[in-house]
Amino acid sequence: MTDKELKLKSIYLRKNLLKYIYKAKAGHTGGSLSCVDTLNVLYNRVLKIDPENFRDPDRDRYIQSKGHSVEALFVTLADRGFYPESDLETLCQYQSHYIGHPTKKINGIEQNTGALGHGLPICVGEAIAAKLDKKSHRVFTLMGDGELPEGSNWEAFLAAAHYKLDNLYAILDYNKQQITGATHEVMNTDSVREKLEAFGWSVKEVDGHNLTALEEVLNNGPFEAGKPNFIIAHTIKGKGVSFMEGVMKWHHGVPSPEQYEQAQKELDQAGVLI
Amino acid sequence: MQLDVIEEKDLKMGKANQEVFSKTMEELAATDRHIIAVTSDSRGSGKLVPFGQKYPNQIVEVGIAEQNLVGVAAGLASAGKKTFAVSPACFLTARSLEQIKNDVAYSDNPVTLVGISAGVSYGTLGTTHHSLHDYAVMRAINNLIIVAPADNFETEQAVRLAAALNKPLYMRLGKKAMPFLSESNHSFELGKGRIVREGEDMAIIATGETVYPAWKAAKSLEEKYGVNAAVISMHTIKPLDTDLLDKLATKGNPIITVEEHMVNGGLGEACASYLFQKGARNPFHIMAIPDEYTVTGSQLEIFTHYGISRKGILEKSIELLKL
Repeated sequence: MTDKELKLKSIYLRKNLLKYIYKAKAGHTGGSLSCVDTLNVLYNRVLKIDPENFRDPDRDRYIQSKGHSVEALFVTLADRGFYPESDLETLCQYQSHYIGHPTKKINGIEQNTGALGHGLPICVGEAIAAKLDKKSHRVFTLMGDGELPEGSNWEAFLAAAHYKLDNLYAILDYNKQQITGATHEVMNTDSVREKLEAFGWSVKEVDGHNLTALEEVLNNGPFEAGKPNFIIAHTIKGKGVSFMEGVMKWHHGVPSPEQYEQAQKELDQAGVLI
Repeated sequence: MQLDVIEEKDLKMGKANQEVFSKTMEELAATDRHIIAVTSDSRGSGKLVPFGQKYPNQIVEVGIAEQNLVGVAAGLASAGKKTFAVSPACFLTARSLEQIKNDVAYSDNPVTLVGISAGVSYGTLGTTHHSLHDYAVMRAINNLIIVAPADNFETEQAVRLAAALNKPLYMRLGKKAMPFLSESNHSFELGKGRIVREGEDMAIIATGETVYPAWKAAKSLEEKYGVNAAVISMHTIKPLDTDLLDKLATKGNPIITVEEHMVNGGLGEACASYLFQKGARNPFHIMAIPDEYTVTGSQLEIFTHYGISRKGILEKSIELLKL
C-alpha cells in the first residue's frame, strides 16, 4: 500500500464509520474521528497480525482502552479482513456482537473493554508475559485523555516502568475534550508529558493525523531501552468534518440526514485533494 | 460468652488453608513455568515468600494497587499464564470489583482470584479488613466459579483443579489452622458438595471455615440427642450442587446453612432460593453474620457471638427438630 493509498484509506474509514453510526443512530462520533488515523496506521503499517490466524501467540497485541470509540475500530478491522464489512449492518441491533464497545466475540478484538482505565493494566500483564517468555511481540493500547484521571491507569504507569516494559506502547488520543467539556477544565491533566516522564516512561509527541509521523514513531521503538513508550498523539475531536471538529456535541452526536450528506461530501472532496 | 476452643481429638489437625495453597503452588510451579502468582504486597499474608524465593520469575508484585493486580493478572492469563491473583479478600473483591467483572469474567481471562484472610479472619482489624460481602458480589457476576475450601485436602484439590481448569475462579481462603474433616471421603469435584459426615435426620450445609463448627455441632447432636446430622462442605458456592440439595431436602428434614458471610446473598440465600422454587418446605435456617455493624473481636469471638459455633448450631438444630 502506497502512502497515498493509506491516506485515502483514512478518508474511506471516516466515511464508513459515519455511515454505520448514521445507520445505527448511535456511536461515539467525535472520538472515533480523532483516533481513526492512529488505527489506520496501526493496522496497516505497524501491527504484526493475521486476520486468518488472529490468536497466533506471537502476534502484536492491540487493546483499545477507550472502548467507546469502537466504530473506528470496527471499520478498520473490517477493512483489514477480520470479518465482512456487511457484518457492520447489524451495529447496535438486537443480538448483534457489534455493540457500542469492543467484545472478544468479534474476530480481531483482544479484550472486552469499555469501562475506562482498564486497557493499560491488561497490557502491562501481556507485556510482562512477553518478557517472561522472551518473545519479541509488542503490546499497544490506545487511551483517551478523558480517562487519564482513572486511578488504575496510574497504578499501571508505575508497574510498567517498574518492570521496564519497553515492549509496551501506550498511545494517548489527545483530543483534549470529553463529554462534559474541555479535558483541562473537567480534570486538569495538563503537562502529561512531564507526568509520564516523571513516572519513568519515554515520551514522544506526534501529530495524530499525520500518518507518516505516526508510522515513524510507532515503528521505531523502544524509544529508550528499558522504558515503556508513551505516545501523545495530538488530535482533533471530530477531525475531517468541518462542523464536527472541536464541537462538543459530537462526542456521541449522530448526524441528521443533511449533516450526514454534508459530511460525506466533505470527505469525498478531501479525498480528491490527496 | 464461652468460647469453644477445644479441638476435636478424632480429627487430625492440619495447617491453615492459606499455607496449603502456597505449598501446592510451589509443587505446581516445580514442573510448570507458566504458573504465576500476582501479589499486592500480600506475599507475606499469602504465605508466598518461599514461593517467591524459589521461583522469582513466577511472581509478579504490583504493590498495593489491587485494581492493577487484577488487570495485570488478566493480561498474564490472556497471554497463556496460569495466573493466581492473591490479595486479602476484603480488598480483592471490593477494590478490584470492576476488573473482576470486566477483565476476568466478561473477557473470560482464566485468572484464579485468591482472596486470602477472608471473612472475619482479620478479627479485630475490623470491618475494613473483613469480607462479608464477597459471595454475594461474586455470585452476581456471570462466568465466575466460587470456591471456599473447608480443609487442607479440599484446598490442595481446589488449587490443582484451578490451575488446570482454565476458567475464571474465585477462591476464598482463611488463615486459621483447619482439621481434616473427613478421613473417608477423598472425592473433590468442583460443583459437587462433599459429605464430610453422613446423617439422615437433618443436614447442615456449611462452607469454608464454618464447616468445622458445623461438624462439631453434628457430633454433639449425635452424642447428646442421638440425632444424625449430615454435614456438607459446600465448597463450591457457584455453580451450586443442586442435585445434592434435592437429595438433602427429599424427606422434609431440617436444613441449616452456615457461612462466614453476611446473610445477604451468600450460601444460605442461594440454597433457599433454589429449594423454595423447587417446592421444598423443609424447616430452614441461615446461620450467617446479620446485616448490622459487626461485633468487634477475634474470628472465634465473632463466630460465637453470632452462633456460628458448636453451641449455636446445636441450639438452632434442636429448635428446628422440635426436640
